[in-house]
Amino acid sequence: MDFAFLDQLWLARLPLIKGLGVSISISFLSIAVGTVLGIFVGLALTYGYKPMQWLVRGYTDFIRGTPVLVLVLASYYVLSTVGVELGPFQAGILALAVFCSSHVGELVRGALQSIPKGQTEAAKAIGLTFSQTFAYVLGPQALRQALPAWVNTAAEMVKASTLLSIIGVGELLLRTQELISRTFMSLEFYFFAGFLYFVINYSIERFGRYVERKTAVPS
Amino acid sequence: MTYSLNFAAVWRSFDLLLEGLALSLGLAFAAILAGCVIGLIAAFGLVSKTVALRKPAGLYVTIIRNTPILVLVLFSYFALPELGVRLGKIESFVLTLAIYSGAYLAEVFRGGLIAVPPGQREAGLAIGLTEMQIRTSIIIPLMLRNVLPSLGSTMISLFKDTSLAAAIAVPELTFEARKINVETFRVIETWIVASCLYVATCSLLAALMRVVERRLAVPR
Repeated sequence: MDFAFLDQLWLARLPLIKGLGVSISISFLSIAVGTVLGIFVGLALTYGYKPMQWLVRGYTDFIRGTPVLVLVLASYYVLSTVGVELGPFQAGILALAVFCSSHVGELVRGALQSIPKGQTEAAKAIGLTFSQTFAYVLGPQALRQALPAWVNTAAEMVKASTLLSIIGVGELLLRTQELISRTFMSLEFYFFAGFLYFVINYSIERFGRYVERKTAVPS
Repeated sequence: MTYSLNFAAVWRSFDLLLEGLALSLGLAFAAILAGCVIGLIAAFGLVSKTVALRKPAGLYVTIIRNTPILVLVLFSYFALPELGVRLGKIESFVLTLAIYSGAYLAEVFRGGLIAVPPGQREAGLAIGLTEMQIRTSIIIPLMLRNVLPSLGSTMISLFKDTSLAAAIAVPELTFEARKINVETFRVIETWIVASCLYVATCSLLAALMRVVERRLAVPR
């Protein structure tokens, strides 16, 4: 790398910072919406009535069997065809949130099912209602179970946010590609973008390990 | 709002989608084969007692797992030629996918290797096998059986990742679906059919893996 790259990098600092900001907002929004949706999906998968369980099972299996890129493209092009006017940003967030919800749903289901039945029975024995059982007994234990995997999912979402560049959302990767088409420094700028993503995801990974240690049941 | 579904245009181009699907499967298959080799080497690096092997393997896994695959795909297609490595679209994509899946498989195989009881290696030593023979004829077969479920889910997510080849214009399923969209404007129908093809293939792969798992299960 020579100084020409550093010059270009300095010139392009504003679009790059903006792009990074957009990437972070995409990740944050899709994780937030996806998690809330996913908790409902997980609850429905575990405690829902049979027909409801089948419906939600179909939803998660369909979403998990479809590539994220297909979800993103479909959400962007299909919604505009049926007259729902969403910009690429909103359509992209919708697709990523749906993707996230299916993964969080399975996480929540796995966590809830891993709690021994005796816990629910004990709660019943001391006269707790279902919502009390969930709030004081099942929820906190499931949270501890699901948290490390949820942090992993968050890192996945940051990586998936790059897919929105394909429908023209001005996030970090798209800004990088625009820069490359102007400067022809593909090696340096892809490297730089990759490095930024690495730093973000590595921090999330380390944070995940920290959470895992902190929430582990002392033995 | 009224929109009437009309699949006729998509059915006319259905063979294009099937060709795309075949290419997607081919890409995934080539990548998982190469990825297994890379992952196996890296996994032996990860469990090695030698720091000089453990550190590079750990670095490879950490870097690749924390970088978005789209960045890797674009990097190897657009930036590697600057380093004098000139590959075609398909070759560069398969290489990227192999290196990407190699990092995930390394973790999978590492778990499998740790789960093989040390007595197996000692038994091999006792009957006079060399370290290499112990690996190829005892440890790797036992490890593969341990990791079959995770190997299956890695394969399925690898198959889904082939959709990213559309970003560098490899004519796989997603790329063909976009092409049909542009030509026929039957956007909803095309995406429904393409998603169903993906879902069906993933379910098929999952079912196939379950059969393999049952066949290879240790009899009790």
